[in-house]
Amino acid sequence: MANFETVVVETDLLILGGGMAACGAAVEAAYWAKKNGLKVTLVDKAAVDRSGAVAMGLSAINQYVGLRDGANTVKDYVDYVRNDLMGITREDLVANIARHVDSTVHLFEQWGLPIWKDENGAYVHEGRWQLMINGESYKVVVAEAAKNGLLQDGVGQIFERVFIVGPLLDGDRCAGAVGFSVRDETFYVFKAKATLVAMGGAVHVFKPRSSGEGMGRAWYPPWNSGSSAYFTLKAGAEMTCQEVRFIPVRFKDAYGPVGAWFLLFKSRATNSQGGNYMVERKSELEKWVPYGRVKPIPANLRNYLGMLDTMEGKGPIYMRTEEAIQAIADNFKDDPKAYKKKMKELESEAWEDFLDMTISQAILWAASNVQPEERSSEIAAAEPYFIGSHSGASGAWVSGPEDLQSEATKSEYFWGYANMSTVTGLFCAGDASGASSHKFSSGSHAEGRIAAKAAIKYIVENNTLPSIAAETMERLKAEILRPLDTYEQNHRATTDPDVNPNYMKPKMFMFRLQKIMDEYAGGITAQFTTNKALLERALELLAFLKEDSEKLAAANLHELMRCWENVHRMWQAEAHVRTVLFREETRWPGYYFRADKPSLDDENWHVFANCKYDPNTNSWQMMAKPVQHIFEQELAGAKA
Amino acid sequence: MPSYVNPDKCDGCKAQDKTACQYICPNDLMVLDKATNKAYNRDVSMCWECYNCVKICPTQAVEVRGYADFVPMGASATPMRSTDSILWTVTFRNGMIKRFKFPIRTTAEGTAVPDGGFPTDDDLSSPALFTEPASLGLPAVFSLRSQ
Repeated sequence: MANFETVVVETDLLILGGGMAACGAAVEAAYWAKKNGLKVTLVDKAAVDRSGAVAMGLSAINQYVGLRDGANTVKDYVDYVRNDLMGITREDLVANIARHVDSTVHLFEQWGLPIWKDENGAYVHEGRWQLMINGESYKVVVAEAAKNGLLQDGVGQIFERVFIVGPLLDGDRCAGAVGFSVRDETFYVFKAKATLVAMGGAVHVFKPRSSGEGMGRAWYPPWNSGSSAYFTLKAGAEMTCQEVRFIPVRFKDAYGPVGAWFLLFKSRATNSQGGNYMVERKSELEKWVPYGRVKPIPANLRNYLGMLDTMEGKGPIYMRTEEAIQAIADNFKDDPKAYKKKMKELESEAWEDFLDMTISQAILWAASNVQPEERSSEIAAAEPYFIGSHSGASGAWVSGPEDLQSEATKSEYFWGYANMSTVTGLFCAGDASGASSHKFSSGSHAEGRIAAKAAIKYIVENNTLPSIAAETMERLKAEILRPLDTYEQNHRATTDPDVNPNYMKPKMFMFRLQKIMDEYAGGITAQFTTNKALLERALELLAFLKEDSEKLAAANLHELMRCWENVHRMWQAEAHVRTVLFREETRWPGYYFRADKPSLDDENWHVFANCKYDPNTNSWQMMAKPVQHIFEQELAGAKA
Repeated sequence: MPSYVNPDKCDGCKAQDKTACQYICPNDLMVLDKATNKAYNRDVSMCWECYNCVKICPTQAVEVRGYADFVPMGASATPMRSTDSILWTVTFRNGMIKRFKFPIRTTAEGTAVPDGGFPTDDDLSSPALFTEPASLGLPAVFSLRSQ
């Protein structure tokens, strides 16, 4: 076996991940840990300054409720999220994030994030819930506060470049995590009284549209590899909304953001015949009532109307940037000086939108000689992703807070500590927790804070270190390092280290997974369409893939990380296929279409589709859980 | 090749144990070739073009060439990031050049105080997070119980 040193780290709270949710968890945990004499350890597979989905920066904060100004209420946000998700959301979880998110945004501003202000000093809104920012250093600023909290007075420690493979269990309790350094030959065992998972969503489970270098230009970052889903599944946690993948419509190929164009600049999207699918296909929305009648129209239904145009051969679909900019500038047409100034300002805003968060899109514009004030740009539906935010919802099934339950919800949605999964001592936030969509960067940070405070409370009330047998650690070490051994033992059998009858390298493994998901589970080449027989075939092929995962081979530490990342993706894939199969209807037609169950069935399927993997019996259990409300239910516009 | 390294400018970060680009890459792609003492991107098809290696390089040796499988050639976007702002030079395929400058933070580097200057809360059992309710700008945290 590969000769790695084993380092055992004992801590009170273990935070896994380094993105927005993990940084929120760190800054909150540091405060409560210091008060209670506890230790916090954060483990990131990259460098906290620039890790996670905000690594590049962002041009907007997408969740700000505006409670202090009375702009909106917590209930307003809950109504918006529930309607957008076609009725399927955990109101207690969404409300919990919504009541805290403004606090987190105000902290960002204090820490140094530039938020746009108008002449009266009020935040500039992109839309009802969205704020415009100069966000190139968004993650740097947020990471700095987390580090300043964690590293004060020996409260905590940070491990960077340590890849977490999976959970450590003590009976039914989560006892920490195991992983390895991608920089030196060290195997890590983190023993913890509570563990908080915030390792992001999953990209590259489905085949991306690009086939070469551009494969890396996924909308969500390629380093989101399903580690949260794997960790929680393997710990035996109940999962929710594993069928609710997210497919964003973005500028085609480079996936630049469209929010500023649709919301701030009020742009239209039109097809090759000049038709606007939002107008021409309005009647299609009636098939999806009551959700087809809510305002704003759910993201997946907007997607779907555009997809129908594409499938009918009416593409390309263009964002009419030139028309939108002209319409705004026209307000100044009687004053040539003001007009010129406004045009310059709009041009700068348009470019910053990309340069802050999707620089590739700026390169693509420049490489195609596009000036947005002169020419339209194509938009398209991306490939499917797994994300607990935006209009995605996949993640672990977690407890809500006690004080946001109704009579109807408290027996189903509350079991002791906010954001604790069904596994004792295992907390989840950000993309790791499900059924709490539209949390974005700010809400993920707020949710990390919520989960961390609850986890510290759990530790104070359950202050025992788990026990882990030495042979368990040795078994896990051997299993995790096996790809290195497989390579070492077999690579001399051929003249090409990538082609060998005894093993498979992680990249080809990923391609095999992506092909299965693309063709059988409703990826881009299947036009997001699947059915029972295709899904059952996907499970057969995934079973072969799972067997072959034991033959993954790694020539170095980087490849060892890639091996495990792809195993993580494979588990996310299986949970997805099983749940799409379980839900016998089509509820989010802009995300996937069950051709054999082509319509919404609110009578039978207005429920959460949950699943659970049992590590002891190696079996899956599928469960329907009721959708209950904490606020009186309203479907805006539902009454025709 | 998304990010690439100009060998004339790269000094391998003076042969420290790891280079700046290797330190920062969120996807563990940048590595130092020990033989040439130059850094390189080991798997360009997993590069997000996040530009963190470009921004952090002390010798401006790292640049980005747009993804060859969908981006026409000849354009570039080059940042100069200082402590409070970033200056972008965007060069078009047709030779046109545009420059943009944006603020990146309003405080000095390293000075982010965790509580943001807000008074803190002491009750581990309340729904209030440590800077609340002050950081909300409200007298109390919203709750169904208090309604």
